[in-house]
Formats: sequence, C-alpha cells, structure tokens
Amino acid sequence: MTELPRDSVGLVTPETAHFDDPLDLACGRTLPAYDLVYETYGTLNAEGTNAVLICHALSGHHHAAGFHSMDERKPGWWDAHIGPGKSIDTERFFVVSVNNLGGCHGSTGPISENPETGTAWGPDFPMMTVIDWVHSQARLADRLGIERFAAVVGGSLGGMQVLQWALSYPERIAHAAVIAATPKLSAQNIAFNEVARQAIRSDPEFHDGHYAEHGALPRRGLKLARMVGHITYLSEDAMGSKFGRDLRSEDFNFGYDVEFQVESYLRYQGDTFSTSFDANSYLLMTKALDYFDPAAAHGGDLAAAVAPADCPFLVVSFSSDWRFPPSRSKELANALVRAGKAVSFANIDSPHGHDAFLLPEPRYQAIFSAFMGRVARDQGLEDRS
Amino acid sequence: MMRADLQRIYDWVPAGARMLDLGCGDGTLLAALAQDKGVTGYGLEIDPDGITACLARGVNVIEQNLDEGLSNFEDDACDLVVMTQALQALRRPDRMLDEMLRVAGECIITFPNFAYWRHRAYLGLRGYMPVSKSLPHAWYDTPNIHLSTFNDFERLCRDKGLIIIDRAVGIGGRSGNWASRRWPNLFGEIAIFRVTRRQR
Repeated sequence: MTELPRDSVGLVTPETAHFDDPLDLACGRTLPAYDLVYETYGTLNAEGTNAVLICHALSGHHHAAGFHSMDERKPGWWDAHIGPGKSIDTERFFVVSVNNLGGCHGSTGPISENPETGTAWGPDFPMMTVIDWVHSQARLADRLGIERFAAVVGGSLGGMQVLQWALSYPERIAHAAVIAATPKLSAQNIAFNEVARQAIRSDPEFHDGHYAEHGALPRRGLKLARMVGHITYLSEDAMGSKFGRDLRSEDFNFGYDVEFQVESYLRYQGDTFSTSFDANSYLLMTKALDYFDPAAAHGGDLAAAVAPADCPFLVVSFSSDWRFPPSRSKELANALVRAGKAVSFANIDSPHGHDAFLLPEPRYQAIFSAFMGRVARDQGLEDRS
Repeated sequence: MMRADLQRIYDWVPAGARMLDLGCGDGTLLAALAQDKGVTGYGLEIDPDGITACLARGVNVIEQNLDEGLSNFEDDACDLVVMTQALQALRRPDRMLDEMLRVAGECIITFPNFAYWRHRAYLGLRGYMPVSKSLPHAWYDTPNIHLSTFNDFERLCRDKGLIIIDRAVGIGGRSGNWASRRWPNLFGEIAIFRVTRRQR
C-alpha cells in the first residue's frame, strides 16, 4: 500500500493500560492485576461527551479500524463502519476499541504470565464473563476520562456486552447499539460451541491446556473449531453462491483430499485461525457466550432484566443470520418494549448470514449512520439543522 | 406543514399519551407529538426509508409487518393506537381493529374513502377503477386490497359494538368543508375515525 484510503482513520498504534486494582470476577476468582490493550480513533472533546466504545465479538480484538502499518494488507475488522464520514464518524466521535480480558491480542489472558507462578496462565486463567468484561471496560473509561459513553456499540458477542453495559452502568451509557446479537444462546448455539471445544480439547497436542509447557500447539483442534464456527457465520445461500458444488479439479478423485471448493475454503480459514489464535482463549470466549443470560436472574423474564436500562437502543438483525437469527433480536426488542424502554429495531435483508454485521451494506450503513447521527445530536455534537 | 389527516390526529392526541403509530412512515407525527406534547411510544413500519428517517429523527421505530398482528404488545400497553392510511392495505382490517383496541383503549384510524364523489364518478361514469391523489395506484399494483367507505367503517364499528368518539374528513390534503361534514360519505376523500371500546 502506498497511500491510505481517504475514509480511513489512517495509521493507528495500540496502547496498553495497566491496572493494579484487583478485579473481582463472576466466577468467584479475582484477577490481581491486568493489562488492557486498546486503540482510539478521533479526538475526545473537552466535555468528554463524544466517546463511543466498540465491543468485539468471539475472535475479535482491539484493532477495529485503520492500519498498523503501510504494509498491512487488511484494515481493522470494523473498518467498513468506523472512519471519517462512515457510520461511526471519527470526525465527530472519539472511538475506543479494547481487546477483552482472556483474549490473546495483548490484553491479559491465558498466554500472559501468571504473577504467582512466573509462567503463562494457560488453562488456569480465570473464566471470564460478559459482566467481567464490562467492568474492566468501565475501568478503562475511568482511565481515559470518559464518564459516560455517547454510545456503546457491538455485534454478536459484542452486542451482548452492549446490553450488559446498559444494565450494569445505565448512568454511563447514553445510547446502545446491539447488532446481530441475542439475549442468550439457544441449545443449538451451545451445542455448536461444545463441538468446537471438544475439537480443541481432544487434540492430543492440547495437554489439558498446558500445551505451552509441552512445546505443543493444538492446531488441529483449533482448526476444526474454527471450521465448524465458520459454517455458522455464513448462510446456506452465501456458501452456495460462493462455492456451490465447484470442484478444485475437473473430476472426482474418489479420495479424502480437498475436492470441493468449500472444503478448501474451510480448511484455509481453519489453518489461518489456528496459527493466530490461542486455544485457551477460544475455549474461554465460547464459555462467555454460553453463560450470558441476563434474564436468568429474573426467572427468565427478559423485560424484568432490562428494567435498569435507561438509554435509547438500536437493535439490528440480518435476515439470513441463522446463528443469532432475527427472532432473537426481536425477542430483545420486544422485551425492551414491554419494559417501556426507548428502542428501535430493524431487520436488514442480507444474504451474508451472521457475518453480515461486519460487512458494508447500503441499508445497514443508512440505519447505522442515521442512529449515530441522532447520537451526535443528542450529545450536542452538532447544531440541530 | 403536516398532512391534513396527521394534523387532525395531532390535535386529538392528549399531552403525555403513550401511543403506537402503525405504519408511521418517516415518523413526522410521532416526532412532532413527542416534541410538542411529551408523547412517548413507538412507530411500526416496514418501509426501509421510513425506518431510516425515524432513526434519524430519534423516533422509536420497530420494523414489523402489521399483518402479523401486535402480539408483541401487551393488553392496554398504551393509551392510544394510531393507524393512518394503512387499514385498506391489511389482509384483515377487522382483526387489526380488534388488536388495536386490545393494546389501547382508544384508536384513531384514517383511510381513503372509496365512496368519495370523484371515485364514484371515475367508476360510475368512466367505468374504470378510480385513480386519485388518495388512491394513486393502478388496480393491478395497488397495495390497497380492502377498500371501504366512510359508511362501511361506521357499520363495522357498530357491528363490533365500538363507540365512535369523533369522526372527520379530509379533502386534497386539507380539512373538510361544510359539505363534507354534512355528507362525509360523498364529499370526504379521507375518512378519519376516533374509536373506543364500549365502556364495561
């Protein structure tokens, strides 16, 4: 790359915030000290009223927009929606994107050193939940001088964090955008996660999570986990139109090597992922998904669970998403309606399945921009026209 | 300037009401009522551009097909349900009326009056399905599958034992004149009804 795209936030550098005050976790354990790695785009205004927090999904991280170097081939994972003039307009908003605890991209997680043992935490890293992440993000906000976010925004597992933000810190979130998420996982969702976990845990290289001590990596397990996960991110139609029954060579080989293009694609996705993601992190993230269920403490009554929320919500789903289908977003929107909360719901027609939340699509962008424009107006970031 | 039927509804809606606007379009009515009268509530819409416009205005909008009913709203969830120019496009207008009066004690409904004299003339004299400002579509692509008249709706309300609190008409974007008030079924282009359940 010789020149940055004009609507890019440009070159960005991750930063690290260290925290010495222990974090009590939902699992009952305490994280004595930890680092959070994050990126910011745009400028925090003097009043601190223009901050937007981005929450990432299962395999996401802090690098949501821009480029780390001129050699980087792809920008951050949500670059389609963050940048000058984009839905989350960095000319108006100060965007904070943080890598969650338990991840493997710099924030404290299984690959970090356990101060008590001097070696990597590995499988002994405490189990994280969505609530824990939200508490840690709130501490980062304190550090950055952000009393109240203009908006907290996220897709999939990120959307669950947004919902949790509205429940745990109603006074610190002015608007919430929950995209392609669900108020809790279905049995089928948990089942897919369990297949992924068993793929990892049954890899002979896994060594009960202590693979680092054995100089091993459960690559095959992680690859399989990603392959099965990837199937749930795409729709049948998207897979069909991308690969159909296309073969790599002209005819059947009558063997078990890669024959169909879709096999090749899945293996490639799995291979790439297995060298870039930590298996213990992946296990932990899938459990955080499984555990999320704010209604559970209210006898399953989601409307009662969302009672503390005090900000306008945007809930968005995608028509071909079968991982967290539109009916799950509608369930959240309906609960918010029953609780008398300010909420808007839109179901966007898209062939791209769950992955649609990452992609640019005209109606998605129009809705997202309109909502963020309203956020800017509510926050007094521009004159009412 | 608001459309004449919207202006009439705007005047009828009490301050501080909790309301639903079925087929809320770009959210003009809800936005004005929220700003001027402290009205709260939700708009229901399926048109993508309408939904985007509502979001930009800060109007709560739920993407929802009205033919699927209002089951996501509880009994007496709000004070008032408004539906402008959508009744005639529904699969079962009578059931929607029941739904509206389950969700709120009162509703306001507007629809094009098929018995408007211009429509009668179009059909009676020229022999074609009427096309007008209030019925702008050709017979083959119209979303209006249940056209009715001012009198038809009054009869439906009577059959259902509903009370008509108020009724009005609009003509060509304006409020009705003396003739349309005297003979609404003949001279009213848009029928506007304010209906409640019979007191129990």
